[in-house]
Amino acid sequence: MSSLLELDDLHVWFDLGEGRELHAVQGVSLSLDAGQRLGLVGESGCGKTTTVLGLLGLLPPTASVSGRVVFNGKDILAGGEDSIRPHRWTDLAIVFQGAMNALNPVQTVSAQIVEALEVHGSASGRAARSRVGELLEAVGIPRDRGNRYPHEFSGGMRQRAAIAMALACNPSVLVADEPTTALDVMVQAQILELLDALCRDFGLALLLVTHDLPVVAQLCDRAAVMYAGEIVEQGPVDALFHDSRHPYTRLLFAATPDLHSDGALAAIPGAPPRLDRPLEGCPFHPRCDRVFSRCPHEHPALKRLDGDREAACHLNDVPAEVA
Amino acid sequence: MSVAVRQPGPVIEAEPIRSRRGIVWETIKRRPSAALGAGILLVVVVCAVLAPWIAPYDPHEQVGPVFGRPSWSHPLGLDDGGIDMLSLLMWGCRISLVVGFAATFVSMVIGGTIGLAAGYFGGRTDNVLMRITDYFLVIPDVPLMIVVAAIWGPSLFHIVIVIGILLWTSTARVIRAQVKSVRERVYVKRARALGAGHTRIVVRHVLPQVAPLLIANTVLTIAVAIFDETALAFLGLGDPSRISLGKVIENAFQRAAISTGAWWAIVPPGALVAVIILGCSLLGGAIEDALNPRLRVAHLSAKSFRLRPLVGRSPDAV
Amino acid sequence: MSANDRLLEVDELVVHYPVGRGIVGTMARRPRETVRAVDGVSFTLERGELLALVGESGCGKTTTAQTVLRLLEPVAGRISFHGDDITSLGQRELRPLRRRMQIVYQDPYESLDPRLTVRKAVEEPLVIHRAGGSKAERAELVQDALERVELSPPGLFLDRYPHELSGGQRQRVAIAAAIVLGPELLVADEPVSMLDVSVRAGVLALLDRLRRDGLGVLMITHDLSTAAHFADRIAVMYLGRIVEEGPAASVVSDPQHPYTKALLSVVPRRDPRERTRPQILRGEAPDAVRIPAGCRFHPRCPIAIDDCRRIDPALEPAGGSDHMAACILAG
Repeated sequence: MSSLLELDDLHVWFDLGEGRELHAVQGVSLSLDAGQRLGLVGESGCGKTTTVLGLLGLLPPTASVSGRVVFNGKDILAGGEDSIRPHRWTDLAIVFQGAMNALNPVQTVSAQIVEALEVHGSASGRAARSRVGELLEAVGIPRDRGNRYPHEFSGGMRQRAAIAMALACNPSVLVADEPTTALDVMVQAQILELLDALCRDFGLALLLVTHDLPVVAQLCDRAAVMYAGEIVEQGPVDALFHDSRHPYTRLLFAATPDLHSDGALAAIPGAPPRLDRPLEGCPFHPRCDRVFSRCPHEHPALKRLDGDREAACHLNDVPAEVA
Repeated sequence: MSVAVRQPGPVIEAEPIRSRRGIVWETIKRRPSAALGAGILLVVVVCAVLAPWIAPYDPHEQVGPVFGRPSWSHPLGLDDGGIDMLSLLMWGCRISLVVGFAATFVSMVIGGTIGLAAGYFGGRTDNVLMRITDYFLVIPDVPLMIVVAAIWGPSLFHIVIVIGILLWTSTARVIRAQVKSVRERVYVKRARALGAGHTRIVVRHVLPQVAPLLIANTVLTIAVAIFDETALAFLGLGDPSRISLGKVIENAFQRAAISTGAWWAIVPPGALVAVIILGCSLLGGAIEDALNPRLRVAHLSAKSFRLRPLVGRSPDAV
Repeated sequence: MSANDRLLEVDELVVHYPVGRGIVGTMARRPRETVRAVDGVSFTLERGELLALVGESGCGKTTTAQTVLRLLEPVAGRISFHGDDITSLGQRELRPLRRRMQIVYQDPYESLDPRLTVRKAVEEPLVIHRAGGSKAERAELVQDALERVELSPPGLFLDRYPHELSGGQRQRVAIAAAIVLGPELLVADEPVSMLDVSVRAGVLALLDRLRRDGLGVLMITHDLSTAAHFADRIAVMYLGRIVEEGPAASVVSDPQHPYTKALLSVVPRRDPRERTRPQILRGEAPDAVRIPAGCRFHPRCPIAIDDCRRIDPALEPAGGSDHMAACILAG
């Protein structure tokens, strides 16, 4: 069965001027089935936000993109902006990072959702307003509050409003970029519960972009870990934690404090590599604790492993006793 | 509770240590408008400074008939006293620039201090100083200048003071806003927490952030000051013993240059004033733009991202 | 433990802000409202102890920390540093004290003056307080401080500007500048929340090491997992009050206050198999202007009873002698 959404070898370059380029996304391939939740995890600068902006065609003119974005069997990236636009919001919607702070301060929340509906030709007039009422209810905002302005809402409510806006045109895929990062832990729990319910009730596929591993562990079935513009490991969340096949994944989990476990916390020394120069070998090797002779010279390809997983690490080629 | 920790790692990319160049110089190098403005001002200032040596004739000496036409020996003709226009302009520049710079200096000192105090101390100080600023802002400049110049008597010194005390208000407001914003920055709060006194914080942390804006504002104020001086001189309120560009225009006007058709006596000085003001505006405006990151609106362009051919994958990839 | 070992003692601290009424409000004679940011907070901090002040936004933890350092003015209460009452000292008398109590801020990208090199930034406290002796001696103290924060070898960093360093490195520089004078108390306001995950443990371990060297650390954080790992004691704040306080392990494994219980239950776990049973509270904490009567948590409390509307509970021992909670139903 083919997936609902597939990214195939996506590359994004940013033009830095003076002939230099930043290779921000280096061959990312993902697939998302209907109703599935996939977490895209990584630290700052790894390319996860650029990847999802690329998939929605929301990159600036300084960016160039290659690869395929296949939605329902059709490559929507092939025609550039013109082939993506019809699908934006109606099939693929996004809650941006910091969306709750990007609401128009001089329009009521309802008006902004109506605008989304009208711009995409989904509804207008009375039909639009009634749909807005439905949406607000679905995200847990009392209907009558829709006539208030964003500054009258708390952070959590504004995030709900942003989610309502994203769902306005009934998309089948929802991308959420750091949806709970700026929120308190209790409000975060409310929003995660909401996303969970929405995915179940509306059969949404969710692509959750975040640096917060525990959030992914709680909400998603599968996750892809990104580093230096590439996916270094992908698979069921359970396997990533209990049986990781890439040192970065393992170390990232080990660096994340947990409420009830007392183990030593890891810190990964060094910093991610610069992406404006060609890299030799594995991008993670300078910081890896299991580095060996092959790593600085040969770039590890993302290989399929048992159990619907992939990892890009030479250690997976080496027999267990030697590694 | 043990933590496996190693060295924080090498510095981000051992690039050669770059010193922070002034924004002003960077702007001049990068933006053509700034370069043009700076160029114009440089030429004008150099000419004015070197006037005693490079002006072809003495500005008081009659070298030909009244309103003599432009010719090879007198490219800009002669004025109402038979004096060479080109030399007059060069000498006139001196006074105009001197008044412009001096008045701006006065206004910068007053405005900068008031803006700094209001922005830094806030509260009542801010309120009081801003009310004072408002009063001065509301006064119509030119009529007041006329009145004061008329009462006080025209002398260079008075003109400088009069212009200066009216121009400081916009500087004060701009500086105040900037100081307020810098004051809220974390490293300034940190300096206070460290125990730094006000002087130290202002001199070391606030002023360096405010200086580029002050420079931009100063350059723009020079334009206004020169304009004001020209206006005052044209109205006959300038110092009669000094030749400024405004005076040159006034003389020509008084002696019926227009009806005689002697355009060379009026247009060049006026154009020169305009050019100087243009230079200041270009330079000052460019610096201001460079300081304001939000003015970059590239993201609003209609173009979108570009597509590239497929890269292809490595042989043993998934 | 003699009184002198007690580094910091805070007693019934109160910090209120008046809320402006605006012209309409003044003309309509609306009653003046106050934000009761900190409404009666008491705790102690010993040398070599790390106390984590946790809570959600608006609970008053940052205000408390800043007031302890007298960067904000309290309306009532007492702050004692090494037994001396510093609550109403003037700014001039506080200056020498600033050498002994320092702060590290949340934002590593804004904490450092972009115009100063690392050397100047770490040297600045010494210059301000005219400490450290000659130029050469100061240079040595600066190098020392950089070594202590593991920016080693210091020579590599001294002439760098902040924009040439990573977030984690900048934060280390900020810590170096805070410890170069040899303070006894360090307030760390969300020291790692703006850093990448892989970098956080390093900086936190550094704070832990400094604590073991005798520094008292008051850490503000909203991240309970971090507090659980690194703090000796945790104090949970809600709407301007401490509602639970005790040894970290005890508070996390055996919470006594319903708010703490709810908070702990919604913290996501990193092991996917440990699916939590979250007790999600509805709505959000009310404004600190309109604090509910009785127990301030009662409107959102899952176990509130009638008495909770009338009684404002004080911190009482619950679940252990060192473990306190402000709830009539606790213990």
